[in-house]
Amino acid sequence: MKEKIRLKLSGKILTFPPASVSILAVFFIFIFVFSQGLPLFSKISPFNFFFNSTWRPTATPPSFGIVPLFLGSLLVTSLALLISVPLGLLGAIYIAEIANPKIKEQIKLTVEVLSGIPSVVYGFFGLRVLVPLVQKTFGLPTGETALTGGIVLSIMILPTILSLSEEAISSVPVEYKEASLAIGATKWRTIRSVTIPAAASGITAAIILGLGRAFGETIAVMMVTGGAPIIPTSIFSPVRTMTQTIAAEMGEAVFGSTHYNALFALGIVLFTVNLILNLLAIRLIKKKKW
Amino acid sequence: MKMVKAKTCERLGFWAARVAILISLSITGYMLFYIISKGASIISWDFLTKPPTSGMTAGGIFPAIVGTLLLVTLAIVISLPLGLASAIYLVEYSSKESRFVRLVELAVYSLNGVPSIVFGLFGMAFFVKFLGFGTSLLSASLTLSLMILPTIVATSVEALKSVPDHFREASLALGATKGQTIVRVVLPAAFPGIITGAMLGVGRAAGETAPILFTGAVFYMRGLPTSIFDPVMALPFHLFVLATEHPNISKVEPIQYGTALVLLILVLLISLIAAVIRYRYRRKRKW
Amino acid sequence: MVKSKIKLQTKKLNVWYGNMHVVKDFTLKIPEKKITAVIGPSGCGKSTFLRSLNRMVELVPGARVSGEILLDGENIYDKDVDETEIRLRIGMVFQKPNPFPKSMYENVAYGLKVRGITEEKKLRLLVEESLKKVGLWEEVRDRLNRSALELSGGQQQRLCIARALAVKPEVILMDEPCSSLDPIATAKIEDLLFELKKDYTIVIVTHNLQQAARVSDYTAFMYAGKLIEHGRTEEIFERPKDKITQDYITGRFG
Repeated sequence: MKEKIRLKLSGKILTFPPASVSILAVFFIFIFVFSQGLPLFSKISPFNFFFNSTWRPTATPPSFGIVPLFLGSLLVTSLALLISVPLGLLGAIYIAEIANPKIKEQIKLTVEVLSGIPSVVYGFFGLRVLVPLVQKTFGLPTGETALTGGIVLSIMILPTILSLSEEAISSVPVEYKEASLAIGATKWRTIRSVTIPAAASGITAAIILGLGRAFGETIAVMMVTGGAPIIPTSIFSPVRTMTQTIAAEMGEAVFGSTHYNALFALGIVLFTVNLILNLLAIRLIKKKKW
Repeated sequence: MKMVKAKTCERLGFWAARVAILISLSITGYMLFYIISKGASIISWDFLTKPPTSGMTAGGIFPAIVGTLLLVTLAIVISLPLGLASAIYLVEYSSKESRFVRLVELAVYSLNGVPSIVFGLFGMAFFVKFLGFGTSLLSASLTLSLMILPTIVATSVEALKSVPDHFREASLALGATKGQTIVRVVLPAAFPGIITGAMLGVGRAAGETAPILFTGAVFYMRGLPTSIFDPVMALPFHLFVLATEHPNISKVEPIQYGTALVLLILVLLISLIAAVIRYRYRRKRKW
Repeated sequence: MVKSKIKLQTKKLNVWYGNMHVVKDFTLKIPEKKITAVIGPSGCGKSTFLRSLNRMVELVPGARVSGEILLDGENIYDKDVDETEIRLRIGMVFQKPNPFPKSMYENVAYGLKVRGITEEKKLRLLVEESLKKVGLWEEVRDRLNRSALELSGGQQQRLCIARALAVKPEVILMDEPCSSLDPIATAKIEDLLFELKKDYTIVIVTHNLQQAARVSDYTAFMYAGKLIEHGRTEEIFERPKDKITQDYITGRFG
């Protein structure tokens, strides 16, 4: 009897602190990053940070303009989406609607397993195979370009877009498909006009999550894009992303210096962008009406 | 007549979809094939069990393997109990709509997908510098554990939620307390799902470079770490440095491929085990 | 016995799902512009039979069909026949209303767009015509752009009928169309059927004997996959020839 009472009380008491610790940890990270990054704006103006197109932290005087880095991230991510969204969507249609059940299982398993490949492996492959390939194909002085970065990222986020889109498409109720076929529409027409629109919010969520992954990726991009913090002029320019910058300069920034603050400010931007994307995706997933 | 157009459209569409999936799978397949074929020749017992020599141009990668295992073990030892306990609280003890629950959900969702480099940045500033743990196994593991925490919480919550209520009801009706019900009925039933989540976390922790970049990984150290305050070598970091910064590129080439292959095998194995557990679990489930 | 022209006819129709023989040697003549009801206990294969009439049954993995189904004398299961063409001539209304998650207008216009009609004016005209036929026009004319899912169950079902009618099929197949509706909605749809049969051949599967007696001209009784008896509805209900038919109709089973 006594033992039972003890257990009853302590279950809740045992698990409440860890749950709190989890929240505290998150908020703490959030606060900490902000606390180390915000002081930047007492040293240079926010306008300077957000709209300056020069990032030269070690020059005299140092300049902390985020524009080339942000554009770098944007360019590489856009290229990645350009490649992986059509491939991923069409591939998802194949898995969900065209493949026979046995093949479907195998492909799904493969995609799941593939989604665990570390980014450094993608970067390594990109460095060894894609960089020389891009260089040769386009006759460039170096293969370390935004394009290469985009390609590597697209390979990386493809499993995500594939599996999440496939889930969205598969969960469209079969009644809709039946109604369309009964009217005399072909299977493809049904997919195009009924299934995909019905799965739109899930597919968009998949794309947003893929976007988030690409935008926040560091190592894979770092290994193939060259890394000069200048505004890219074409897809063949070397670029540097915000993530790359943090990784590349983290070691040399003096604790508490403006450079240090600036790197954290980059972190804040990344954090915020990611948060917005995540919230958008969740909203979309919850929106499904049926 | 219009039907012919529709049928042609369909044929084109189906082909486009087939081509797309073929391209998708082939590219990744080629990548794996490439690494396996180039790395297989250097994998040997020595490679796996001996430390590097001659300035990294020869020898094995044993310390990196050990380092990764240490990092991953420590990370999961911290985050699994923490994450699982949080999940239990969320699912079993709190009312579904309480503000606290929403707060935790918000927190977990926000953390999920935060770029790994931001974790690295945080880890460096907080664990390494502020708390003074220095570049160490401890700092790196703590950073990694924070990174995989959302995954553990999310998958554990899902696993717990998927245990049907009537199991709990039956147990309580027999006179068991809530705590006993959770320990004896719910957790065992949710076990495969929880393990899958843990494996996913382990896989991520094993493969990430950015969080350990400045929190604990080093390219070379003598011997193995003797305390948690020592730095460690790690497979992803090792590959990264070998590939990008080592001056004697051609000599280290085989070692690069070897390291990549070992890392790949490690992570794919973990992924495969997780997938198999999940698959078996779904088939075995009687509810 | 059957004096009107035959629109649809099955000849020794057999359907298997894998090893399960669901429809056995079914030979039935369906007269033009009349309502034929197919009745029988649950599980006897009525739905499967219905779905073979518009080749929807072949969507089920493992389904196999043998025998002939003649539409105006031509076998719809012929090698050269395009099943999507058939489905434009033979429409279907399902047991549970299944409007698309689109606007009411888009729902009814869907079949027309599939047929290749894209001109706005023409579409609007045809949509209005269909909605008037099912008696929905006055109810929804001001909210055509709202989602079809906002309608009540009975209205949704009538919308689905309008959707099927829009492409001007010759035959309409109905799979227990009222079973998920309340009595008032059911009555409205039954009234609709009387109107529709002036222009369309209708085959309706129902487990509601009173409905079959009220609504249909001809009735086919199906049991364990076989056609037991078929004829004018009054004959079947008042003077059934087979004992099984009699037992079913008097409520001894099913």
